[in-house]
Amino acid sequence: MAHATDIDAAPEEEIPEEPIPAMQQLLDNPFLLLFLGVVIPTVFYLIWGVMEILSIPLIK
Amino acid sequence: MATNRMFRTCPSTGLVFHQPAERLMMANAVAAAVFLLFGGILAIMVVLTRWPAVHLLAADRFYQVLTGHGINMLIFWVIFFEIAVLYFCSSTLLKSRLATPGLAWAAFWLMVIGALINNYAVFWRDDSSVMMTSYAPMGAHWSFYLGLILFAVGALVACFVFFGTLVVAKSERTYVGSVPLVTFGAITAAIIAVFTIASGAIILIPTFLWSLGLISHIDPLMYHTIWWAFGHSSQQINVAAHIAVWYAIAAIVFGAKPLSERVSRSAFLLYILFLQLASAHHLLVDPGLSETWKIFNTSYAMYLAVLASMVHGLTVPGAIEAAQREKGYTHGLFEWLRKAPWGNPVFSGMFISLVGFGFLGGISGVMMGTLQLNTLIHNTLYVPGHFHATVVIGTSLAFMALTYFLIPTLFRREVMFPTIAKWQPYVFGLGMTGVALFLMAAGTLGVPRRDWDITGAGNAFPYSFPGSAFLMLGLAAISGLIAITGGAMYLLNTVGSVFFGKRIQTPDFQHVRAAEGVAPSPKPVAAAIGSYHPGGGGALVAPGTFILALVFLVSFVLYYFINWKYLATVWPMR
Repeated sequence: MAHATDIDAAPEEEIPEEPIPAMQQLLDNPFLLLFLGVVIPTVFYLIWGVMEILSIPLIK
Repeated sequence: MATNRMFRTCPSTGLVFHQPAERLMMANAVAAAVFLLFGGILAIMVVLTRWPAVHLLAADRFYQVLTGHGINMLIFWVIFFEIAVLYFCSSTLLKSRLATPGLAWAAFWLMVIGALINNYAVFWRDDSSVMMTSYAPMGAHWSFYLGLILFAVGALVACFVFFGTLVVAKSERTYVGSVPLVTFGAITAAIIAVFTIASGAIILIPTFLWSLGLISHIDPLMYHTIWWAFGHSSQQINVAAHIAVWYAIAAIVFGAKPLSERVSRSAFLLYILFLQLASAHHLLVDPGLSETWKIFNTSYAMYLAVLASMVHGLTVPGAIEAAQREKGYTHGLFEWLRKAPWGNPVFSGMFISLVGFGFLGGISGVMMGTLQLNTLIHNTLYVPGHFHATVVIGTSLAFMALTYFLIPTLFRREVMFPTIAKWQPYVFGLGMTGVALFLMAAGTLGVPRRDWDITGAGNAFPYSFPGSAFLMLGLAAISGLIAITGGAMYLLNTVGSVFFGKRIQTPDFQHVRAAEGVAPSPKPVAAAIGSYHPGGGGALVAPGTFILALVFLVSFVLYYFINWKYLATVWPMR
């Protein structure tokens, strides 16, 4: 893997052809990370928590 | 896309600044300092009121001042500065033009207007002393909620400007491959910010409508649960941002490369996935939520985020040690640390931030996040003690340290009072360490937080705390005054340097064709901070850091089990 941030230092022909590992692809995709970072706490904290509160029986 | 843009390259660091991004960074950093100043003035009054021997303010004024102190410090100061950090980590480190500067200015003004409206509600209307948490059904004036909503919308827009800049940089090929680690840390902060602000909108918009009489009532437990997804996660933005700043400073001062890019990025990924769930520790004594929900979100998910913090706590000093050893500081375990530039506030501030955040904020946070142990200290002064270690020593001090780097590079001014700058992190760090320790000690003795008079004098059921509790409050107040002095030293230097400091003459902005690259080959600082190092800075060549990590672990385990022992002694069933 050759990674750099300076385009002078990493001309296009130096980009390797080997496949990028799945984990690397995940870490290089900020919008996939954004999706995960919003969905996971929304499900485990917000939705689960709200469902528990809504399931409390109302006084009659 | 070959587009002419206005860029300048800092001659000493090689960092590349896009003109609109630079102005936005400056504006957000200056706004942050203004709210820090205001929050700091309020801190003097909070400290002098909770000092039993002084007890400065009347009760109603105390709660008003405490509300303003909390919001201005925990929300406005840190988030304005974080937006500046986001623009720096995207535009400057990726050598890219900032996406939609006009929208970024709209976001800035929304945040300013929101912050002013909120302070108007608290101080001018004098009817919104509801604390930062503003728990319903305790109601504030509608402008209180409106101010927070406007500020949150502005911050959300700024986050999307950041994400847009990532897209621009990739499409205009200002970098190839992976973004630098510091930018990845900023991405983590921005992701947490999106969840945080969305949660804030979910609960603050109906509360705003309730304050206008358009909704009949807000369920307190529902408010409590959703608000903390906003209230605590906002502090998790800080954690991700200040750890990105630690990595940045390690690169700036030492040219340090991460010990392992993969490990550090995986640790940030754990933050993205699990850090926000730690908000549940605020609800550990609330009825209505199951033990399963509480324990999953804290004792399972939160510990994965804690693991990430410990990784960063190892890899940042480890990277510094590796860089120092490469320079020849190889004698013994700690020559690299003894020969570190302790007179440079960029380094000293960052290192005090790291140690204080880990030893005080981190260990106490794990204790608070444990369901059973939480009952020892819930809603006591232990909680402000903890978050003064995380947010103030951890985040604020890291931001202060970065400021000393930004004054010459971003603002192009010389630091006006270098001697004061040299001592400032020590004064602030020492004072705030005392605040955190003594507040936690008072909390362990049961002293409640947010309480104007802990004796309950004049009430039907007064309570008598031991003399040691009053001693802790007095020591916390003295420490607070020392910390406020450190904060004043920072503001004196910042305001003095930015507005009246000697200008540093550097090449100004010029049109650069983006397609041809916007900068020459990077100088050492830019290369260290703005590059991806696939192999990392080397294998584990940091034995001194390993010893420090073991000291941390022993402290951690001891404190954890001491609290279990303490819990056993207060258990009512014998």
